[in-house]
Amino acid sequence: MADADQLADRLAAIRLRYPATEPDLVADVVRAILSTLSGDLSAQETSVLAEVEALGRTIASAKAEIAALRVDDITDNHIPFATDELDAIVEHTATATNAILSSCETLDEVATDLTGEAATKLQDATTRIYEACSFQDITGQRITKVVTTLKTIEAKVAQIVATFGASEHQGPIAGTVEPAEPALLNGPQHPTVAMDQSDIDKLLASFE
Amino acid sequence: MPIDKSINVLIVDDYKTMLRIIRNLLKQIEFNNVEEATDGAEALAKLRSGNFGLVISDWNMAPMTGLQLLQEVRADAKLKAVPFIMVTAESKVENVVAAKQAGVSNYIVKPFNAETLRDKIEKVLGHG
Repeated sequence: MADADQLADRLAAIRLRYPATEPDLVADVVRAILSTLSGDLSAQETSVLAEVEALGRTIASAKAEIAALRVDDITDNHIPFATDELDAIVEHTATATNAILSSCETLDEVATDLTGEAATKLQDATTRIYEACSFQDITGQRITKVVTTLKTIEAKVAQIVATFGASEHQGPIAGTVEPAEPALLNGPQHPTVAMDQSDIDKLLASFE
Repeated sequence: MPIDKSINVLIVDDYKTMLRIIRNLLKQIEFNNVEEATDGAEALAKLRSGNFGLVISDWNMAPMTGLQLLQEVRADAKLKAVPFIMVTAESKVENVVAAKQAGVSNYIVKPFNAETLRDKIEKVLGHG
């Protein structure tokens, strides 16, 4: 056990000194050394060696399977396509919302020339349109949350691919900028669980 | 005493459609002196160089959030008394508590209606 502990300590020290060492290279070296030792091994050691070799074959098989799945497609094609489509949705809703707002502003101008009930009705209608147009902000924030989730998946998939060496062209994963007060930036909540305005009013009143 | 609707109002949001919506809703209740900023840093610069009687700000913006803007405003001797309404989709208890602790005057959750906006403006300007 003392030998094993010592070996583990030495391996940890080596890992600290050479953090960029490829696991595959280390495995190759260990395999080469073990193959030169096989003639001198006891029955128990031979059994352990067989286990290690089996483990190596399992890893090689897993690597081949991951390569066959073409997981690169997820990061190279599927996720960029999905995020581009979502960005296009935000752009289209912004364009449409601006067109609606322009028409609404024209109606407001017309309302200034009217008096009485007609003016009131027209302004009430434009107020409701302005309120409804806030959907663009809310849906935009929800879509931003989905894009962030997709980028997280993309980064994790790329990490798995890099670890198992299934890809020849792995670049560094682009880091995401950590927002300020991250715990407080959750965006719109699901309506069934979110506090509404009256809940917030009560909460604020409790501070008075 | 009626509310002074001639005050300068600064509205802050990174969604330009939301700025346009709030500007129009303010116009309907006769607040016509409205300036816009699309993040906290731009808002702070405008506040420091202008004379504003009310800030209506979103929270989730970069690089400076609405909460950071509020903290800067409350730490600034010249600005600390300016009424500050947070208008945001952030509706968790911890958000409301953090905003209150930072000195928010009132808090509106998106999506909101014109009644709520008018009601909160009247409250923070001293007539609620």
